Amino acid sequence: MTAQQIIFMIVAAYTIGSGLMVVTTRNLVHAALWLVSTLFGVAVAYALLNANFIAVVQVVVYIGAIAILFIFAVMLTRKDMRDSGPQMNKNWWAGALVAVLVFAGLAFLLSGWSGFRNIAAELPAEFDAIGLLGEALTSPEAFVLPFEVASVLLLAALVGAVYVAFNPRSDKK
Amino acid sequence: MSFWNDPLKVAADWLEGLLTGWGLDAVFAHVLVAFLGVFLLIALLMVLDIFLVWIERKVVARFQDRVGPNRVGPFGLIQPFADIIKLIIKEDTTPGGADKVVYNLAPILSMMSVLILWAVVPLAPVMLGVDLNVGVLFLIAAGAIGTLSIIMAGWSSNNKFAMIGAFRQVAVMVSFEIPMLTMLMIPTIYAGSMSMNTIIQAQDPIPFFILSPLGALIFLIAAIAELGRAPFDLAEGESELVSGFNIEYSGMKFGMFYAGELLHAFTFGGFWMILFFGGYRFFGLEQVSPFLAILILIIKAMIGYWVIMWVKYTMMRIRIDQMLGFNWKFLTPLAFALLLVTALMNALLAGAPTWLYVLGMLLANVVTGWVALEIARSVTRKERMQVEGVKNPVEAHH
Repeated sequence: MTAQQIIFMIVAAYTIGSGLMVVTTRNLVHAALWLVSTLFGVAVAYALLNANFIAVVQVVVYIGAIAILFIFAVMLTRKDMRDSGPQMNKNWWAGALVAVLVFAGLAFLLSGWSGFRNIAAELPAEFDAIGLLGEALTSPEAFVLPFEVASVLLLAALVGAVYVAFNPRSDKK
Repeated sequence: MSFWNDPLKVAADWLEGLLTGWGLDAVFAHVLVAFLGVFLLIALLMVLDIFLVWIERKVVARFQDRVGPNRVGPFGLIQPFADIIKLIIKEDTTPGGADKVVYNLAPILSMMSVLILWAVVPLAPVMLGVDLNVGVLFLIAAGAIGTLSIIMAGWSSNNKFAMIGAFRQVAVMVSFEIPMLTMLMIPTIYAGSMSMNTIIQAQDPIPFFILSPLGALIFLIAAIAELGRAPFDLAEGESELVSGFNIEYSGMKFGMFYAGELLHAFTFGGFWMILFFGGYRFFGLEQVSPFLAILILIIKAMIGYWVIMWVKYTMMRIRIDQMLGFNWKFLTPLAFALLLVTALMNALLAGAPTWLYVLGMLLANVVTGWVALEIARSVTRKERMQVEGVKNPVEAHH
């Protein structure tokens, strides 16, 4: 095993362990903090794939914004931080089965792929991943339309959230 | 390559040669030397941090027409060491009902979020931790960890004042992150890269504060808010919240928050200088020796830190609704408008000679700032008229 594979194994185990803690811990704030740890593990995995930009965006968006929002929502809506109900419902075996089947199916599909056992080649020093990404997102031949559609969708969601939260009576004193 | 031109590489190569000579694996020796470099940088920063306490106290004393620490050692220089000894031998208390793991993790994360920033700081043309091609975004990512540490500290202390202080501080940090991120895009547009070293190199004849004075100002405001310093020090309030999110911390754990805040201010002073004032550049002096470049960067960062202190000790604090209103209704739209104008001007003036480019950018900044101020003035005048009209309907006619 190369050093990179060992690091990947450690990161993957850490991410999966944190993910398990998210769903098994009874304290909701702890669950949110474990989620942060899981997302951080995913960011490290991106960094290992030489996707610096995606790794940093993962930290900025998921840890800096979404996880903080989760923590706020939990703290502002729950009086008791402990979850006392049962943690599994009676369909837990079906969920487990689906998860195992998806993992097995993906593993089977990927094992047939030629690059499955190869180690990723080193990127040349002048390879400008972030420049290529920026051009792909703004060039008409590539992804400008999906990118803009996603922006409009997010804007609509933002306006909708403001509309739902806005109470017109509170404006008039 | 001599020691004076690239000291870090020469020292690292010598050490790696020594370690492999002792029979160590080459990869292992490389990793070990890299760790040693990180350790050295952090150790130097922590020593600098000790003196920042002294500097902060001396400067605030000057602003308030006092002398400051002057009893222990020459000019009170040994005072911070006395403070550290005091902090270390203080009782380490944990409030009842505190969430112990989260409570103890928060100060470490707070300090870490500052130290990690120095990974991308170019100390000299050849001396830098790592030249990330997303260096600018790294700043915001590290800030996210700082935000997290504050909410962890506030929640785990099991104290409602700490919680309210943390909520306020996080509200400020999350909202001022937006103008800050937008202003980070301005040096990116000028330099055509997000790497810190390229941004510094791109300020070759003209530093970016001449191209975009408004951008530099908005970045400074957002940075001060991000630091939670006056006039944005809402987490702290002696009469209502005491010291905010760190109220329950004692001894060195409190010291970690305090030292982290000082180093954070110094670091943001440094980033302000890197992004808008040319970093380690100073009329070609940085080419003479890397040691001189480091000295220039530290002096510049100190000037940036001094400006942040100047604002802190001469401005009154702003109420939270005014501050959030200022951010969401004024600073964020202005930052977006400035980014749009800058991007547009950059495309329009792409082929123009340097003097025209600089003049165009400068004018675009001045016009954007002036229009924003005029709009803000007319809106606030209308608001004031309304408020005064409600209070005194007769006077509003005059």
